[in-house]
Amino acid sequence: MSQSTSTQAADAPIISLHNVSKWYGQFQVLCAVDLDVRKGERVVVCGPSGSGKSTLIRCINRLEVHQEGRIFVKGLEMTDNVKNIDAIRRNIGMVFQNFNLFPHLTVLENLTLGPMLTRHMKKADAEDLAMHFLRKVRIPEQARKYPLQLSGGQQQRVAIARSLCMEPEIMLFDEPTSALDPEMIKEVLDTMIELAESGMTMIVVTHEMGFARTVADNVVFMADGRMVESAPPEEFFGNPREERTRTFLDQILKH
Amino acid sequence: MIDATPARDGQPSARRSKDLLYSEGFRAAAYQIALAAAVVFVGLFLYQNVVENLQRQNIATGFGFLREVSQFEIGETLINYSARDTYARALLVGLLNTLSVSAAGIVLATIIGFSVGIARVSNNWLLQRIATGYVEIVRNVPVILQVIFWAAVTRNLPAPRQALELWGLGFLSNRGLTFATPVADPAHGWMFLALVAGIALAGIGDRWARRHREATGKHVDMLWPSLAVVIGLPLVVWLAFGAPHLISFPERKGFSFVGGYTISPEFVALMTGISLYASGFIAEIVRAGIEATPKGQVEAARSIALRPRFIMRYVVLPQALRVIVPPLTSQYVSLIKNSSIAVVVGYPDLVNIGNTVMNQTGQAVEAIAVMMTVYLIISVVTSLLMNTYNRLVAIKER
Repeated sequence: MSQSTSTQAADAPIISLHNVSKWYGQFQVLCAVDLDVRKGERVVVCGPSGSGKSTLIRCINRLEVHQEGRIFVKGLEMTDNVKNIDAIRRNIGMVFQNFNLFPHLTVLENLTLGPMLTRHMKKADAEDLAMHFLRKVRIPEQARKYPLQLSGGQQQRVAIARSLCMEPEIMLFDEPTSALDPEMIKEVLDTMIELAESGMTMIVVTHEMGFARTVADNVVFMADGRMVESAPPEEFFGNPREERTRTFLDQILKH
Repeated sequence: MIDATPARDGQPSARRSKDLLYSEGFRAAAYQIALAAAVVFVGLFLYQNVVENLQRQNIATGFGFLREVSQFEIGETLINYSARDTYARALLVGLLNTLSVSAAGIVLATIIGFSVGIARVSNNWLLQRIATGYVEIVRNVPVILQVIFWAAVTRNLPAPRQALELWGLGFLSNRGLTFATPVADPAHGWMFLALVAGIALAGIGDRWARRHREATGKHVDMLWPSLAVVIGLPLVVWLAFGAPHLISFPERKGFSFVGGYTISPEFVALMTGISLYASGFIAEIVRAGIEATPKGQVEAARSIALRPRFIMRYVVLPQALRVIVPPLTSQYVSLIKNSSIAVVVGYPDLVNIGNTVMNQTGQAVEAIAVMMTVYLIISVVTSLLMNTYNRLVAIKER
């Protein structure tokens, strides 16, 4: 892990946030957040609920609009420019807590919709691509089923495959295992680990500290909209600098 | 007693009949038979009662009266009709009037309802407030008052002499809406056929474009070619017939107009009243349908970079329609039935004419039976059509 980071440390960051702030009415959800992510880097964002970690990654593909600061993805600035938004979104896949598969389409149609409509692929090619990624997440046999006919873990793996079909360079995960039954968490985490091993740039919001420990290059701790601490996992778990981080880790690791 | 259902084998038959009494299947069947018997009994009782009462008052029963001459005129007819025609034909005139006002009303209510419903969820504050106000007014005032209101409005329009001119094409007056129409020409029938052919061709073109996109990945926008073929074909036919361009313009004459085509104020009032009323409910149904589509669906679609119109067409609408269509059917059916309010503004619909027939012949039971049957058929057909459509847009689950 550390080698891949060091070899690319010289490169400009693929994602970079400067001073990003956001308010919901009077309430400030993000307070001047800075974050740089390099190509191939895996960042895990953790923190108590309401700390702004989901809002943060949702700003990166503009599902939420930041009000101050600047966000760059591959050198393109995220503004209200529709062309930029489109170009950036094409490069970023996103996996949601509640899967958000399209219930009226089959698994295969869920996967081919994006490639056909936004990447102008032929149906046959899009289906080949979809089957390729369904094999990667190990459920090619479910291609003709509808999402609601699958288990939660299978649905989340389909959702991951749907994002991969856009062949993005970056993947965002918004608490991908929080809505799953315990016995299904592993199959989704395994898929994510394989993805990490393939060199994908990933930002993962999760409470799965085991995943953070083994996969992350960097662990970021957020509280009250602020980025409290950011460190490699050995340091983050072994020797956290901030008091708030220690309290949080105590609470979450005790049971 | 723990052993409520002892083993069956070798038990005496008395034991078995007791078991039968406790069986779910037997009980369900018994209740149904009892209910059916009660319904038949009440029905027979009512029938007997009617027959006896009619005999006592020396009223002949049966539908023979339908073949008698009606001896009354009807103000507004879509087919040829005079006082020398039969009651059956009078009722047919009423039916056609009911159907025409309902069809026009459904189209108007759907267009307004969908527009207002989408405006209700728009981000435009002003538009959203106006739509909300509109919905609250049209949906909370009784439909009969609204129809009377529009009747008052149309009746208080200026007389033909002072009629409002509509850009030289027609007049709006207390005689209704009079507008210019082309003089009948054999070309029109062919132009209509050409229009139908054009629509069919556009449909084929749309399917071709989809297959082409699936096969090559290239998106072909069929909007303009479709419009061209739908408008162009009738135009070509029109030119082929030597471009007959005689148009009958309405002119003031005496107390009325000659030429053109006139929609009566009663029709305008009734159609406006019942369709605005229904549009309020349809707007709410559409809003509910759009809001029922989870936000996450739109976010997921955005995250794979779908454009807004693709999100609406491929993600939101297919899911919203399954919520919209069933209650929409009820609104259509209720609009059709609401058209019977025609009687308060004097529009000759089925109920209005049915009442006249009833008064003249005294055949109340039969006349009402005819009307009820006709409404039942119209409503059931509407429901069947909508259900078929609903099955096409339904979501498949387990």
